[in-house]
This record gives sequence, C-alpha cells and structure tokens, in this order.
Amino acid sequence: MAVPKMLGLETEYGIVHRGASEPNPISASSLLINAYLIAHGQAPEPGRAAVGWDFTDETPGNDARGGAPAGSLAPEIETHLVNAVLTNGARYYVDHAHPELSTPECADALSVVLYDRAAELIAARSMEAVRMLLPPGEEIVVYKNNSDGKGNSYGCHENYLVSRAVPFSRIVTGATAHFVTRQIYCGAGKMGSETSGMRLDDAGYQLSQRADFIEEEVGLETTLKRPIVNTRDEPHADAAKYRRLHVIVGDANMSQVATFLKVGTTALVMALVEDDAMPREFRFATPVAALRQVSRDRHLRQPLELADGTTVTALGVQWELLAAARAYLERRGADAVGGEVAHLVVARWEEVLGGLERDPGELAGQIDWVAKLRLLEGFRDRHGLDFQDARLRALDIQYHDLRPDRSLAARAGLETLVDEAAAVEAMTEPPPDTRAFFRGRCLQRFAAEVVAANWDSIVFDVGEGSLRRVSMTEPARGTVAHVGDLFDECDSAMELLRRLGSAGA
Amino acid sequence: MAEREQIRKPAPSPREQSVEESPPASERGSDIKAQLDDLLDEIDEVLETNAEDFVKSYIQKGGE
Repeated sequence: MAVPKMLGLETEYGIVHRGASEPNPISASSLLINAYLIAHGQAPEPGRAAVGWDFTDETPGNDARGGAPAGSLAPEIETHLVNAVLTNGARYYVDHAHPELSTPECADALSVVLYDRAAELIAARSMEAVRMLLPPGEEIVVYKNNSDGKGNSYGCHENYLVSRAVPFSRIVTGATAHFVTRQIYCGAGKMGSETSGMRLDDAGYQLSQRADFIEEEVGLETTLKRPIVNTRDEPHADAAKYRRLHVIVGDANMSQVATFLKVGTTALVMALVEDDAMPREFRFATPVAALRQVSRDRHLRQPLELADGTTVTALGVQWELLAAARAYLERRGADAVGGEVAHLVVARWEEVLGGLERDPGELAGQIDWVAKLRLLEGFRDRHGLDFQDARLRALDIQYHDLRPDRSLAARAGLETLVDEAAAVEAMTEPPPDTRAFFRGRCLQRFAAEVVAANWDSIVFDVGEGSLRRVSMTEPARGTVAHVGDLFDECDSAMELLRRLGSAGA
Repeated sequence: MAEREQIRKPAPSPREQSVEESPPASERGSDIKAQLDDLLDEIDEVLETNAEDFVKSYIQKGGE
C-alpha cells in the first residue's frame, strides 16, 4: 500500500559576492543567512543564536541497498556553519559553499510550490538584508540554478516518503523510467555542454541543467559520480514503516508549473511503484546515456533504446505513465498522493504533454527550458548574435537571478499557481497538514526554550536540569488538526510538554 | 540521422482528446508571443552590462 506522500525540496543556490576583493562563498553564504535571521526576527533575541539544527539522527551514509559497494563515499555533515530552523518549519543553512533552504514537509505538490516560492522570497529578503551590512559597491547575489557552465554543479533535491515494504530494486526501476524522461517538462534549460564527447545541435542548448553531471545509474554519492537514483537511506521518520526517496537528478525550477509537475508526477509514479501499478518496466539499455540523450533532444523525437531491444520516446514513456496514474486515481483514489491536488497534477500533466507533442513553443508560459529558449532565440535574432556569444550565456545565468529587479524568469510571463500574498505568509507560517506545523508553532511560541530541532524531533530546555526531546517520527502527525488546540491552550513550553506527556506530537 | 525518426506506438493514447480539451494553452501561447518584443526591450535594459566578465566570473564550487 502506498503511504501518504510527504514531500519536500532542498535547494542549493548559486552565490556571487560582487565587488569583494577576495570573495569567499562560504562566508558570503553565512553572512547572507545571518542577515536574514537578524532582520526578520528569526534570531530569538539579541546575542542569542537562532534555533540550531540537531544532528543526532543524521545518517546520510546509510545505503538503501544494504551494504554499500566498496569505494562509495558518504556525504560529510558540516556542523560548524550557520544552520537555522525557521518558524515555517524550513531549514536555512550553509551547505558546502552554498546557501541552502529545505522546505518544510508538505502534503501535496501545490504546497511544495507555495513553500518553494516562499524560499525564493526568503532569498530575496536575505539579499536586501545583507546589502545593509556590506560596504558600498558590494552585493551578494543568489541564483536558483544548478550549474556555473564550467563543470561545477549544485543540487535541487526532492524527497518523497515511500513504504519500507517495497523492494528498493523496484523503486529504482520505476524511478529511473520517470527521471530519464520527465526532463521534457522539468528541465530548466542550459546553454552549452559540460560533458566531453557529447555534442549539442547547432543551437547549443539542452533541456536540463543537471543531465551532464549524472554519471551512474544507482549510488550513494551526491558530489561526484552522481547517480540517477540516490540510495541514501535516512528516512527522518519511523524506519520500520518508511523510506525517504532522496532525488538528486532534477533541476531547480523558476516556473511554478514545472515545480508542480516535477513533484506531483513523481509522487504519483512512486505510488504506482508501491502498489505495483506501473504500466511496464521501461528498462533502458543504457540509462545514463538515455538521460543525456533526452536532455539534448529539444525536438523530443529521438527513440530511446530499451533493454529488450525495442525503442520508446521520452514523450511515449510519459504518456504511458500519465495513463497509469489516471487509472490509479480512478481505482484507488487520491488519498496517498495529495488528495484533490493529484487530479490537478494529472490534468496539467496531460495539457503539457499535449503541448510538447504539438509544439513545445506553446509552453513558453509554463516550462522553464521553453521559456528560456524563447528569450535566447529572441535576443539572438534581435542582435544578430552567434550562439557562442557571452550575452546569451549571461542571459542563461540571469534567468535564475532571484533579485526581483534583475530576474529574467520573473519577466518571462510564467504562469503562477500560488498567490503571492500566501507565499509571503508561508515565509513564517508552517503548512497546517504535516508535522512541520508542530515544529513551526514551537518556534513561533517557545523559541527561547527550544535548544535544537531537526526533521523528526525537537529538544527543549525548560530549566529542569535535563533536556526534553519530543519525537516526531510520524510525518503526518503534529498537524493543526492534531495539535492546533493544544498550542492555543498552552502558555508555556513547560505546559506544552506536560500536556504532550510521553505521547509525542 | 535515420535513427532520428520518431517511433509511434500503436497503443491508443489520450493525445487526440487532449487536443480538444486544452485550447487555453495555445491562446496563452499567442498572447505570450505578442509580448516578446516588450520583453526583449526589458532584457536589453536589465542584462548584465559586461556579459563577458560576468560569465567568466560566475564560478561556483560543486555542492551537495
């Protein structure tokens, strides 16, 4: 049985410290985040640090396949850098040399879009806040992309709660079919190639920012030899019941429709896998090559070779997955995949596949790679440029600029799915329908008593000598329906803990 | 480039219905086209002035 699809995004942003004589991306990231925390009251009181992240339960080295193959590298956790929990339940921190924001856990794809938009606004406010602290002529700028065009990549990771009962090999097969082909609407578009030996067509453009950096079919790594399917087995929840599929293959999207589809379709495909309702296996002969081939085929025509010797196009795979998802909703309902929102996902999925099949140009208001390509081609034609021209590369990067007065994506006429006022509220308010509600409310009401928090617990110090840990291993509990009244009735953290007793949130 | 021909699946697909069901997409598409010139004017205004230096200096460390 498919478990309810708790969802979330972790976005690493590109960062540039302009005007600095010796720019350091790590200190720039720290400065950026601290400036936001101070300016927006997320640091509880002067002189006291923001509520920190609790690393007790982090085990990124666990491999979903059981024993990891020799030579694979688990990611290291850096604990000394800025690492804050926000009142909306999100985590805002420095990861390697990038600012990163993880959305709170969300119960459907529209909620993910809302919190992803809130994250963009937090980044924009952070840039404003840090400008006040910098000498004249300096500025820290944040980009929501995945590549610097010079062979360096940083990720936008997705997370999906799936049932522990499903054999991991089945997840790998199903996920691979989807990840190789969903780029046709999830790709954020990129000028140039960062893989030697693979040519682009004369436009020098590909659908995905990320495909060049994917080198393996399955694996634990995220920084080198990146796999299509990541095997990190760290559920941040009851490990007997759940897995968390950690997805590193995708692009960060500026288009809300693209984010909506990326997360919504993948949640549906995971439910198909869990309930053994995939249309067929789609085992690619060479998955990594197929992934790159799809990224380089903006006319969406090339057949992909399957292991059984037949071929299928990326669009063909997506049509079959869509048909299976629709049948799934009819037969089993939408409870496990975001309720009513799942029906919106399926409707949009069909609309977008239809558009891609007729003429991708129709989707310039919905799909990032199409929107960006339209700007690039329009600009090239207007100024009579060669496709090697630096101005086109600059346009590619600036599409992802998160400064409202500079962002080209913000000017591209992209359709929005969430209300801007609701996104502003989501910068500080947690989603009501996951455990993030409990985390967020604790920080809003009792930040002074919260010592640390992480995805599945919160640690309090209420002056009793020993610290008190509240465990939250059930991601669908701790919602407004479960604990909303409790927060209204409690005036102190002490009382909250007493009322919770040993039951947890 | 013979292998570039599209392989059409014989299985029935929902694409025929989808043509009738989704006229808004094409309407949106033509609206967007009409705005392209204004958009390019704006890009001329806000695009990084020294593109070559900007692109050269946009260097990131690998992440994740």
